[in-house]
Amino acid sequence: MSSKYQVVIGLEVHVQLLTDTKIFCGCSTKFGAVPNSQSCPVCLGLPGALPVLNRKVVEFAIRAGLATNCQIAQRSVFARKNYFYPDLPKGYQISQFELPICLGGHLDIEAEGGTKRIGITRIHMEEDAGKLVHVDIPGVGDDSCVDLNRACTPLLEIVSEPDMRSPDEAIAYLKKLHQIVVYLGICDGNLEEGSFRCDANVSLMPKGSAKLGTRAELKNINSFRFIKQAIEYEMERQAEILDEGGKVIQETRLFDPNAGTTRSMRGKEEAHDYRYFPDPDLVPLVVSDDWVEDVRLSLPELPEMKRQRFAKELGLSDYDTEVLTASRELADYFEASLALYPQAKIVANWVMGEVTRALNEENRAISDCPVTPKLLAALLQLIEQGTISGKIAKTVFDEMYKTGHEPARIVEEKGLLQVSDSGAIEQIIDQVLAAEAGQVAAYRSGKDKLFGFFVGQVMKASKGKANPALVNEILLKKLNG
Amino acid sequence: MKITRQEVEHVARLARLELTEQEADTFTGQLDAILAYVDTLKELNTDGIIPTAHAVPMENAFREDEVQPSIGVENALANAPARAESFFRVPKVIE
Amino acid sequence: MELFELTIHELHEKLKRKEVSSVEAARAVLARIEAVEPQVHAFITVTAKEALQDAAAADKRIAAGDVDLLTGIPIALKDIFLTRGVRTTCASRILENFIPPYDGTCVAKLRERGMVLVGKLNQDEFAMGSSTESSHFGVTRNPWHTDYIPGGSSGGSAAAIAAQQATATLGTDTGGSIRQPASHCGCVGLKPTYGRVSRYGVIAYASSLDQVGPVTRDVTDCAILLEAVAGYDPKDSTSVNLPVPDYVRGLANGVKGLKIGLPKEYFIAGLDPEVKKAVEAAIATYRSLGAEFVEISLPHTDYAVATYYLIATAEASSNLARYDGVRYGHRSAEAKGLVEMYAKTRAEGFGMEVKRRIMLGTYALSSGYYDAYYIKAQKVRTLIMHDFLKAFEQVDLLLTPVAPTPAFKIGEKTSDPLQMYLSDIFTIPVNLAGTCGISVPAGISQQGLPIGMQLIGKPFGEETILRAAYAFEQATEWHRQKAKI
Repeated sequence: MSSKYQVVIGLEVHVQLLTDTKIFCGCSTKFGAVPNSQSCPVCLGLPGALPVLNRKVVEFAIRAGLATNCQIAQRSVFARKNYFYPDLPKGYQISQFELPICLGGHLDIEAEGGTKRIGITRIHMEEDAGKLVHVDIPGVGDDSCVDLNRACTPLLEIVSEPDMRSPDEAIAYLKKLHQIVVYLGICDGNLEEGSFRCDANVSLMPKGSAKLGTRAELKNINSFRFIKQAIEYEMERQAEILDEGGKVIQETRLFDPNAGTTRSMRGKEEAHDYRYFPDPDLVPLVVSDDWVEDVRLSLPELPEMKRQRFAKELGLSDYDTEVLTASRELADYFEASLALYPQAKIVANWVMGEVTRALNEENRAISDCPVTPKLLAALLQLIEQGTISGKIAKTVFDEMYKTGHEPARIVEEKGLLQVSDSGAIEQIIDQVLAAEAGQVAAYRSGKDKLFGFFVGQVMKASKGKANPALVNEILLKKLNG
Repeated sequence: MKITRQEVEHVARLARLELTEQEADTFTGQLDAILAYVDTLKELNTDGIIPTAHAVPMENAFREDEVQPSIGVENALANAPARAESFFRVPKVIE
Repeated sequence: MELFELTIHELHEKLKRKEVSSVEAARAVLARIEAVEPQVHAFITVTAKEALQDAAAADKRIAAGDVDLLTGIPIALKDIFLTRGVRTTCASRILENFIPPYDGTCVAKLRERGMVLVGKLNQDEFAMGSSTESSHFGVTRNPWHTDYIPGGSSGGSAAAIAAQQATATLGTDTGGSIRQPASHCGCVGLKPTYGRVSRYGVIAYASSLDQVGPVTRDVTDCAILLEAVAGYDPKDSTSVNLPVPDYVRGLANGVKGLKIGLPKEYFIAGLDPEVKKAVEAAIATYRSLGAEFVEISLPHTDYAVATYYLIATAEASSNLARYDGVRYGHRSAEAKGLVEMYAKTRAEGFGMEVKRRIMLGTYALSSGYYDAYYIKAQKVRTLIMHDFLKAFEQVDLLLTPVAPTPAFKIGEKTSDPLQMYLSDIFTIPVNLAGTCGISVPAGISQQGLPIGMQLIGKPFGEETILRAAYAFEQATEWHRQKAKI
């Protein structure tokens, strides 16, 4: 893109809430059921059916609002957004419009040149639509199929200010928001299943200008990678139009992940007039100060606070705190291990190293890691006591991961005890030096660097069990003696 | 004129109602008369008056987050004009 | 007296004493329906088979000593109430073949108490009308004079009572749809306070105004049926959690010392002289019973019809969006593609009055007009509500006409919707104010058409208006007059 323009990005994120039931009826929200099996008069939009608000949805909205520094509105109102589409059973979506539940928050992100504050305009509650799909069923031909299992599933729409100035800032904001809603336990964060969906409002303005350009709304972006692609494509497209003296049209554009491009959704645009008005089937929502305080007290420690605490109390580096707080479960695992083996840096290295590596290999969640914090701490004790070497510890860890056995039992069964008997080590060293007579001569003639080679050979010959400190000491004596 | 024929056609599109020429004419005349009548409301000064959504004051009706049985696929689809397996079937969107 | 002529409380006594069985009562009512239905056409669906099954079940309950006031009573419902397994059309082509998979709350309550459902009653399509002429299934005729309309939208509910085709019926009232047909057919009809009766399972016309209520032969039946359906329902967010009084017990308390307001704006030039005379006679009766009258003012009365037609149609335009041919109801066979399917389905499925109101409501909510029409109407609604609250600081209830004239002739107003709308001028304000009103027989015109009067109560003041209505009924003979059909 030509450097004449500054991109301006605002994001609208739809977060699917982790409630057991839908927002306005008692149907289950479980993913993947037989089409239309999770339905009732309310979510099918049958005549005579009426919505009743799920209290948990309000609680989750308050959680999200508090975690993003919003004001919680004392009084908020549900409104109907009227439009026709086969996946929208009532011909309107129940949402919030003029009076949403949360207003005026912010999130701080790490951006080029330091911390940057991104404003959050509002958060409101609404119901999801069903799914309009094309299914290969004999005789159906071109027709579409409607599954209403998802209809009426609770969503939060979190709307940011147009405060982001690069695709990277947009991604940083999204990742931060994603981390928070997952930490809060209000969303499973699953992007593929659509639990965390993002629309991006993208516009360009001449650099140095304060007047925002005309924006395009990009829809259907369901991965962090795609958001960057979509915004970058859109920046190029708009820049080209502006360079040729044209005007960007305000419109909705669909991102095509296969082509990496966006295309206009003309047609659906036909006279968008949602005719919002307060839903007369629902009553105003009044949230008391007491309710807000109860929710505030029940909030988990958020990643930001955790990071600060890890840095301050444990002296961990920025990198370490960031990795360890990436998810609430990982941080919990780290803290549980630390409680049993109170050496922060050592525990952190193991959690970020072996533990994470082993889990990643199997794409397994930390919550079902076979090496529990208790086992990990026991392993670290063995190293500290000199029972095993750090190197052997990795072998023991892999065995623990496979079997879930106590580390002491593995050490014993596999004969992995560290050798600290100087006689035995001397014997091994003698053998190695005899076998490598040529290298010994070279060392003695001044090739000091070969020392490491001899240590390696000795460790290898001892199958890693020799106490490294003793090996160093005896080897030095023998070579120089 | 309170409402034009073009506006009537636009509103009919918004409401997804196909009107015949004659219906569009009839509605233009009738809606015009009704809108002229409802304009009497403009005589009233309503500055500072709070709009009433429900005449009986009401707030906060909730249900708990407990799963209730669904009505079942067959009940859900029993009145469907067209279905395919357990889906509702609709003509495709022609843009 | 024939079995089909009895009130709920009279039939209940006979059932309880086992003088008649519920099956006998049901057979008598079904035979009566068959006999007069060709002239009246009060029903969209007669559920003869189900009724006899219900009645047999009721007789078993009665034999076991489990006799509720409603056990074994033949009841018919406006076709706006969802009845599981029984076709529910709302008098529209778009729901011509719709069989609900669930019962609404009122229906479930009545079934539990052992009602015998004899059928589903005609009405204006989607309750939009004042004459029952907009039904897809043809007009209902006034049993007192079959050239005349029965009123609407609950015309079938009132006509069926007048023609003795059911012991009691339920209707719904959004702008007068129970009280006006009750008045035109010489029955008792009550619109409860908004929130008093659950709307769950009642097809919505205008959600902030709709209420369910009874249409009956006398005030006692009205109290019985109201008590049966009233009460908080967790499935309706707008139902109110207040205990339901014993309406029947309070009936005989008399009107001595009650202060009754006469809103001067309701006694206007356009009022039919016979209606005026009937209301004046009612005032005299009440005076003789010891009630006191005070002239009061409801200054915003003239704005009520305009306010109503904006709010009701706006809500309706959205409430009726669900009839799209996707999940149930009529779907056009002509359409190519989705957009055309919607437009043709709805064009074929809805009648002219429904389309007209959807158009008006869509317009009132549309971009650029929302504040000028919808919000303005909601603000005027506040003023109208305050008129009533102020009046009720001075008086216990109000007495007014129900409609400016007795029933008009079939076809008389169909070409001029605005004139039709204006005939609801005395009933509409009660819905806007959310309060309760009852229509009680108070006279008969020279044409032989009944004339009702309206008593309007404070919010949740149903006890008071029922008591006043009962006192009047005891003092007069109007409720004993019967349509000669």
